Amino acid sequence: MTLDLPTAFRIRDIRDESPTVRTFTLDGAVQAEPGQFVMVWLPRVNEKPFSLVDDAPITLTIARVGPFTEAAHRLRVGDRLWLRGPYGRGFERLARPAVLVAGGYGAAPLAFLARRLRAEGVEVAVALGAKRACDLVLAERFRDAGCSVHLATEDGSLGHRGLATDVAARLLDANPDAALYACGPEAMLQRLAHLCRERGVPGQFSMERMMKCGLGVCGSCDHHGLLVCRDGPVFSADQVLGARGDFPSPCGRA
Amino acid sequence: MTAPDLSVPLCGVRLGNPLVLASGILGTSAELLERVARCGAGAVTSKSCGPTPRAGHPNPTVLAWGHGLINAVGLSNPGADEEVRILRDAKARLAPLGVPLIASIFAETVQGFGDVARKVAEAAPDFIEVNISCPNVEAEFGRPFAADARDAAAVTAAVRRAVSLPIIVKLSPNVPDIAAIARAVEGEGADAIAAINTLGPGMVIDTDSGKPILANRTGGVSGPAIRPIAVRCVYDVSRAVRVPVIGIGGVTCGRDAVEMIMAGATAVGIGSAVYYRGPEVFAAIREELRGFMETHGYSDISQMRGLAHDA
Repeated sequence: MTLDLPTAFRIRDIRDESPTVRTFTLDGAVQAEPGQFVMVWLPRVNEKPFSLVDDAPITLTIARVGPFTEAAHRLRVGDRLWLRGPYGRGFERLARPAVLVAGGYGAAPLAFLARRLRAEGVEVAVALGAKRACDLVLAERFRDAGCSVHLATEDGSLGHRGLATDVAARLLDANPDAALYACGPEAMLQRLAHLCRERGVPGQFSMERMMKCGLGVCGSCDHHGLLVCRDGPVFSADQVLGARGDFPSPCGRA
Repeated sequence: MTAPDLSVPLCGVRLGNPLVLASGILGTSAELLERVARCGAGAVTSKSCGPTPRAGHPNPTVLAWGHGLINAVGLSNPGADEEVRILRDAKARLAPLGVPLIASIFAETVQGFGDVARKVAEAAPDFIEVNISCPNVEAEFGRPFAADARDAAAVTAAVRRAVSLPIIVKLSPNVPDIAAIARAVEGEGADAIAAINTLGPGMVIDTDSGKPILANRTGGVSGPAIRPIAVRCVYDVSRAVRVPVIGIGGVTCGRDAVEMIMAGATAVGIGSAVYYRGPEVFAAIREELRGFMETHGYSDISQMRGLAHDA
């Protein structure tokens, strides 16, 4: 079931995750796969894509990065927001131990994925990275789902001093059969894509792009001929790195 | 019976099949244009480019409202200079595939159309599409140039003076007599006519908030809902002019494409169908078209063209 037109949902709960990140739990549910996204509309403001943190109840984690997300952060419990979707291709859950790598608010779709993987009995280790300790988000959600959580901060204020990618490499050392799932800044995704290629680790990466339609027609979210909204937002290592010959459709460059 | 020949001539350029990626759909990058060509399009059209970069309207810009799409993207584009780079790249990728490139342009003034045409011609596209019919942007006279025969003719003449490439002028259905506009642009040297651009503008209101959903409030309507109007426009235009017509509007399957051709179209634009069936829609419609021709004993597209005119 996809909501084609923006549909109103009331906010049931708001939780501060960090000074700039907030999680909104809505009154209502959709059916989605982890990694899929919705287009959130605030009338007369704008409409932007957000990964689902959960589908039942609908849960969104929104970082304050511009005018739209500032407007979203002004919403209170009981206010409404609108969304359409879910859209896109989510993560394919593999039946092997999972290493999840989250950079900043990239933790959002991975929290949803972690819950599903754990429900299927998969062992999940999470490398959760951010600039500072106060920027680490959703750690409790991962712990509550039964994941082992490994923190990294660039300033060393909590956990490993450095990047989540360092922690991910160590987790892969310990779990050579693991599959990797990642979301975060593009430089992080590229680094991890190279790592997966070098080690032969199956990797899936959720990418972020400016979007207009979310429907696979306008071409705004082009990534080397791939549409982040429809072919993604979850891609393979080769697709992240812009390799030719890796379209998901039968129309690939043969 | 020999296998049907799906190729069509368009202003001296051969298209492997009549299906053309319509402007405004997936035409934002050289890589996307290449992908659509590999997906089976007979020709591809880049997203309309203006003289200078334009961000377009805020979101929401495109909605699937139930029987088609409605959009007010607002002609977002990188400007003519950057577009030349994209078109050159696209041309290099399309050449080995034998798929022609149509460079779509728009401007706010008659003079501007000539300038942008001259600029994009540097990339040597196979055609220039002159988009005078976007309903979401007001031209210098406060309405699309396609709304008035004299304005449409003036733009065509300006582009004709600027370039020697074949010119396709894209018309609006939102006029009382589209045939008159078609005759006017043909008279100023249009080599082909594309019909139709989106219908309307239309509006979709969210009844929970009481607000129009599109940020622009109104937008152009496309998709299956407008197909009978597009077919009638193509019928009217192709009877009024001698130049070929690219029939566009709500085509999502092979039979729809046949209908457009029987209305008088030489080629058939595909736009909103990409939403319904993905970029794979081109090969799918091409094979449906081939199947129709085999079943009905047509060996060539031209045997179907304008069949409805005899009625």
